[in-house]
Amino acid sequence: MKYAYYPGCSLEAGSAAYDKSVRAVLDQLGVELDELNDWNCCGATEYFSQNELVATSVIARNLALVDSEHDQLVAPCAACFLNLKKTDKLLAEHPAMKCQVDAALAAGGLSYKPGRVHVRHLLDILYTDVGPEAIKAKVVQPLSGLRVAPYYGCQIVRPLNGFDNPEYPMKLDEMFEWLGAEVVDYPVKAHCCGGHMTQISEPEAFELIRRLLQSADEYKADVILCMCPMCQLNLDAYQGRVNGHFGTSFKLPIVFFTQLLGVALGIDMKKLGFGKELVSAEPVIRSKLDGSSVGAGT
Amino acid sequence: MAEKVGVYVCHCGSNIAGKVDVEDVAKWAGENVKDVAVSRDYKFMCSSLGQKLVEDDIKEHGLTRVVVAACSPHLHEKTFRRACSNAGLNPYLMEMTNIREHCSWVHKDRAAATEKARALVSASIERVKFQEPLEPMFVDVNRATLVIGGGIAGLQATLELADAGYPVYLVERQPSIGGHMAQFDKTFPTLDCSACILTPKMSEVGQHENVTLLTYAELEEVSGSVGSFKVKIRQKARHVVFDDCTGCGICVEKCPRKVLDTEFEAGMGNRKAIYMPFPQAVPRVPVIDTESCIWFERQKCRACEKLCPTNAIDFDQQDELIDIEVGNIIMATGWEPFDTRKIPQYGYGRLANVYTSLEFERLCNAAGPTNGKIVLRDGKTEPKSVAIVHCVGSRDERHNPYCSGVCCMAALKLGHLVVEKTDAEVYSFYIDMRTNQKNYEEFYQRLLGEGMRFVRGKVAEVTDAARKPSEQGKLIVQCEDTLVGRQQRYPVDMVILMGAIEPQRDAREMGLKCGISCSMDGWYTERHPKLDPVATMTDGIFVAGTCQGPKDIPASVAQGAAAAARVSGMITKGKVMIEPIVAKIDEEGCSGCRICNNMCPYNAIEYDAEAQVSRVITALCKGCGTCVSACPAGVISGAHFSDRQIFAQIQGALWDAWQPQDAASQDAETVPVSAP
Repeated sequence: MKYAYYPGCSLEAGSAAYDKSVRAVLDQLGVELDELNDWNCCGATEYFSQNELVATSVIARNLALVDSEHDQLVAPCAACFLNLKKTDKLLAEHPAMKCQVDAALAAGGLSYKPGRVHVRHLLDILYTDVGPEAIKAKVVQPLSGLRVAPYYGCQIVRPLNGFDNPEYPMKLDEMFEWLGAEVVDYPVKAHCCGGHMTQISEPEAFELIRRLLQSADEYKADVILCMCPMCQLNLDAYQGRVNGHFGTSFKLPIVFFTQLLGVALGIDMKKLGFGKELVSAEPVIRSKLDGSSVGAGT
Repeated sequence: MAEKVGVYVCHCGSNIAGKVDVEDVAKWAGENVKDVAVSRDYKFMCSSLGQKLVEDDIKEHGLTRVVVAACSPHLHEKTFRRACSNAGLNPYLMEMTNIREHCSWVHKDRAAATEKARALVSASIERVKFQEPLEPMFVDVNRATLVIGGGIAGLQATLELADAGYPVYLVERQPSIGGHMAQFDKTFPTLDCSACILTPKMSEVGQHENVTLLTYAELEEVSGSVGSFKVKIRQKARHVVFDDCTGCGICVEKCPRKVLDTEFEAGMGNRKAIYMPFPQAVPRVPVIDTESCIWFERQKCRACEKLCPTNAIDFDQQDELIDIEVGNIIMATGWEPFDTRKIPQYGYGRLANVYTSLEFERLCNAAGPTNGKIVLRDGKTEPKSVAIVHCVGSRDERHNPYCSGVCCMAALKLGHLVVEKTDAEVYSFYIDMRTNQKNYEEFYQRLLGEGMRFVRGKVAEVTDAARKPSEQGKLIVQCEDTLVGRQQRYPVDMVILMGAIEPQRDAREMGLKCGISCSMDGWYTERHPKLDPVATMTDGIFVAGTCQGPKDIPASVAQGAAAAARVSGMITKGKVMIEPIVAKIDEEGCSGCRICNNMCPYNAIEYDAEAQVSRVITALCKGCGTCVSACPAGVISGAHFSDRQIFAQIQGALWDAWQPQDAASQDAETVPVSAP
């Protein structure tokens, strides 16, 4: 298995743990990731709301950079994934816009035919392409005893993406059942984390973050699993502020699902980027699992 | 001798004349097409004056062929065949050209539509010249009828026919007849007890001298055609000898294995491994569920056998195939509820106090598992607030686009029962309130006065994620109240999901066995949605009740009776006409390869091993033409659809490209064959 890899800006900075763990986990599972050469920012949510043509052209450049040896592009960040996928669809459905984007790409000596690259989310690849048998076979540290709350966020489950139920996704739940974890089926797993609302109106953002933390806490989760850098940032970095605002005392570690998947596969926790999160995850993981053997593998 | 063709082009008011220049088409055909003796246009050809025009011309001008260019032959072919017959012309020498559905209704450009109408008329003229006089056949109608499905529609059809003195076989796959209606507590809008009005009909069917009741049985195979169907029924092994059982119920009482009853009790109550679905079951003969019986599981127990006073238990009983012959079949196979788990955001199966409407019917039924007490899943707490969610899986493009029709009224009924039996506050979440039958709107108005609260909006989710202390421990229904224009949260104790009515999972397969088709949604397709709602495109097969589309009890009963009336009429007449449009095998040329035998979808071709040729059983042949095109020797011909007729029709359609002098040298009967 071989995929073109688009890490996106977040994975180079705030979410370096995601990038680190993605690379380590996929390497362990025998999946080859070839990072796009000279990729650029996907524009997150802002570009599209400012100027659709510019946003589409900027993103289309990344699609055009996928070489002929690859027909599948994987993006772990929810926003990157959505933008790449949306752009491919926009270009296929709006010939007039495609002409303009074509001209922009041509100026850089590039071209792109809509549909050539199949944009996939990382979870889809792990769940569908790698599959339960291959993953289960590589588990050396079952996650039994650890209560995990899978958090999908609002972007990757949009109907356009099609690989899970948009209203009540279950694939991450299922994957962690393969790993032996106690999966918490809590009701807000596809609700919004507030996104950039923290920069606009803190009280609104804090309320959205509190709902997620509270529900996971009521369901006695030990750790929340994220697959979007924005979600992880909001739930982790703002947890203290949320506690201050509401007088609560949440202390929930927020990690990327690939980090914990890596633990199950026996990868050293240091290689998985643990320690970068503000609410430390290591103590709870070590205490719930058999501490001595965690990370003892490769 | 050249044929004398009469051509009649219909205006159909403005239906055809609005887009096709009918005068021009008639005039053109009269002046330009060979062998046309008369060509006219007329306002309404199907009127008695229009028909008379045809009749008079046949007599006066000695017409030998007639072409009527009007609507679909589905509508008026019979009309014009009759007109020809009246004037002494064989009706199969008339050809109908559809210039309405196939032309005027589907085109915008008048000139192009007129051009196309010319081509269609020309095609029919060329074809009709090669048509041959045919004589229809008549077959006897067997007086027995098969009714499939023992719900209210099937019961009604059965009783109507049996009371008229005709034998009826009623086949039901469950151990008892009664259908879904037996599960309900009350019926809307009169609120009379469902069982009280249903069970008299059930016992009447059970005891009727003209009814052969086959419960716990499935339709296996249908062959033959209208008037004389041959049907195989699989009688599943009950493991109770039907004729020996007295229905005393000791076996059920003593059976030590209790299991969840997911059928009649909709998972709300238990039954034994040997059971009758409910106390008023007909017949009163239990069945052993081999999946849960201890004997079948680990060869122990046999308590029922030891205690049965008439030795009616038979663990070795096998399925049995029963052959019956009937003249007509009524499909009344009913519906099944939508799986509400498919909408996970409503929490069914995850949140304990979310119920399906069928579960709630059992909960408030006096004969149900709680004796009619409305309590939460803990079995004791009465809810203080109940939410009823409409359109769960109906009017939803992700599941079923159609309206299930009955759920609004059922939701009102359930709401009323909650108000009547508890002190709970009731919220009904609806998209549109549909109460469009006799006394339904009045029922709604009555409930508006009972204090039920109606919220117009589609529920987004049912959740246990509380945001405020007042929501703690509750189920919160999140919904935009579209009348207020605001997102609202309603904390309640119980949620009832009004799931859609869906076709039986095997409806398509059952339909195929009988040769009838389903709509995209899976409902059986009626012959005409307005004017022939219980017949199907297959003669002798009728549909009744919800298998044809969602409907309530009065409508199901009406259809059951209507289907029975149609069958009655056929039996009274005694004979049924069969179209002479059938295939014929030229035995001289038949090599006996038998390729056609297996291709025939109606099993209408038999092989004569002695003569080593295949033969068409005329009474079974539907004239589909499959064998005609499949025969490698080209010795099967389809009456009314011969190669010669089809090629002439093609040439007629291409009148402007086809040069008559080329055709003169070409024998229309010769099909090009490549040299060996």
